[in-house]
Amino acid sequence: MRRIYADYAATTPVRKEAIRAMSPYFDKHFGNPSSLHADGRIAADAIKNSRKIIADIINASPEEIIFTSGGTESDNLAIRGIASSNQKNGNHIITSAVEHHAVLNTVKDLEKEGFDVTIIPVNKYGEVDPKEIERAITKKTILISVMHANNEIGTIQPIGEIGKTAKKHSVPFHVDAVQTFCHLPIDVKRMNIDLLSVSSHKIGGPKGVGALYVRKGLEIKPLFTGGPHEFNKRAGTENVAGIVGFAKAAEIANKEMEREKRRLEKLRDRIIDSILSSVPGSRLNGHPKNRLANNVNFGFVGVEGEALLLMLDSMGISASTGSACSSHNLSPSHVLLALDPDPVKAHGSLRITLGYKTTEKEVDYIIKAIQISVKKIREITPKIEGVTTY
Amino acid sequence: MAKRSKKTVKNSSSLTNSSLYTQKVMEHFMNPHNMGEIEDADSVGEAGNAVCGDVMYLYLKIEKNRIKDIKFKTLGCAAAIATSSMVTDMAKGKTLDEALKITNKQVAEKLGGLPAIKMHCSVLAQQALKNAIENYLKRNLKK
Repeated sequence: MRRIYADYAATTPVRKEAIRAMSPYFDKHFGNPSSLHADGRIAADAIKNSRKIIADIINASPEEIIFTSGGTESDNLAIRGIASSNQKNGNHIITSAVEHHAVLNTVKDLEKEGFDVTIIPVNKYGEVDPKEIERAITKKTILISVMHANNEIGTIQPIGEIGKTAKKHSVPFHVDAVQTFCHLPIDVKRMNIDLLSVSSHKIGGPKGVGALYVRKGLEIKPLFTGGPHEFNKRAGTENVAGIVGFAKAAEIANKEMEREKRRLEKLRDRIIDSILSSVPGSRLNGHPKNRLANNVNFGFVGVEGEALLLMLDSMGISASTGSACSSHNLSPSHVLLALDPDPVKAHGSLRITLGYKTTEKEVDYIIKAIQISVKKIREITPKIEGVTTY
Repeated sequence: MAKRSKKTVKNSSSLTNSSLYTQKVMEHFMNPHNMGEIEDADSVGEAGNAVCGDVMYLYLKIEKNRIKDIKFKTLGCAAAIATSSMVTDMAKGKTLDEALKITNKQVAEKLGGLPAIKMHCSVLAQQALKNAIENYLKRNLKK
């Protein structure tokens, strides 16, 4: 059976061009970038070029780009790095209720160490109000961390406005842009961003590599001790092939960004409109318009998300759910609960995320498969007034 | 040689289906047995709640202390649906005393095992059956 991949927010297939670009750096140009000899210099040059590519895309300077092992490390480096080096200035961190676990669990960990954390709630679409961020700022605030767009529901945050607020109060501003880098335009200067986390495998690059933009002059304490790699901010021999593949994928994704965004928006809305109009008891999670071009997140009354995911899987479709039954701790998605505290609604969620290989034909098959699967599962569902009725 | 390659293919296909669940769980989830309601049921048993994500309803038709017919309706994950289906298979035709002896472990074993985090689904299935039988016994003792 042919498989249809509709989980691009989880990860993406590596672009052929990226694989080709990486390939020589495993054997032919295997040198250590720290070595002074020719083999080392070739690897160092590759990293230098890659750093410039990433920097240009977000309007940063190359020396402001720190390569890491991915989005989670970038978030940790940004938050812990600022927290550790700013203890004399304060101990208060502001973030939102819908952040990725890489951010939320990091600030919760710092809370145990004595930091004060304010978690700003969101509206029913998952949007953070910049005014609430401003109200939460105190003299002790050392960091504001808000994601650019949410990985589950696709809602895009008013990063520009939050950036202005952060600048006005001279508080460093971190943005987790793992879902938006090369999907939405990012200008760290115009948006007043001080730290920006990006990842390679969400844009057709390899896994295990990412970057953190750190504004020039901003002090952050490294996570590891070791050599002077990455401007003394991230010790350890660089993942040369990974970095080269990341940069190649970013180069292509950035070039195609506008056209791809328009194409995916059409496909996204086709799924949303077809399902909402043909499946009773369905609703869209997240903002109807202010959302990522590739993100669809539905809730279906009387349908459990894991069952729906496995039914679609049996029909050849790879999707995702925020259902508790699919998680390892049996608690529903914190993002869906932040939008609506009713856990019954969170159990029935389905996330479809599209990408550069998604076709119109695939989208039509996905629509049909959702209609069939929801119907099939509802035949098994008991009628419980107010729970499975719509 | 041919035999061995066949086995390899089978293993890999069960992995593609789901490495989380056994083939048996997936079969019962995709094509559940005894699914539906019994309109003139002699007893109904309920277990679980929607807040946790799983609710099961078991419907019994009882003749001479024996489960003549049994059906289920379940809101829940694949494991909840599969354990419901399996427990109905196991209870059908049994006397009420025999059916009360079915344990959640037996349900899970018949499905080739469940992931540790999903064992509660087998508990739910066993409880729904127990509740249905006890509801019936209580009502008949009163008569």
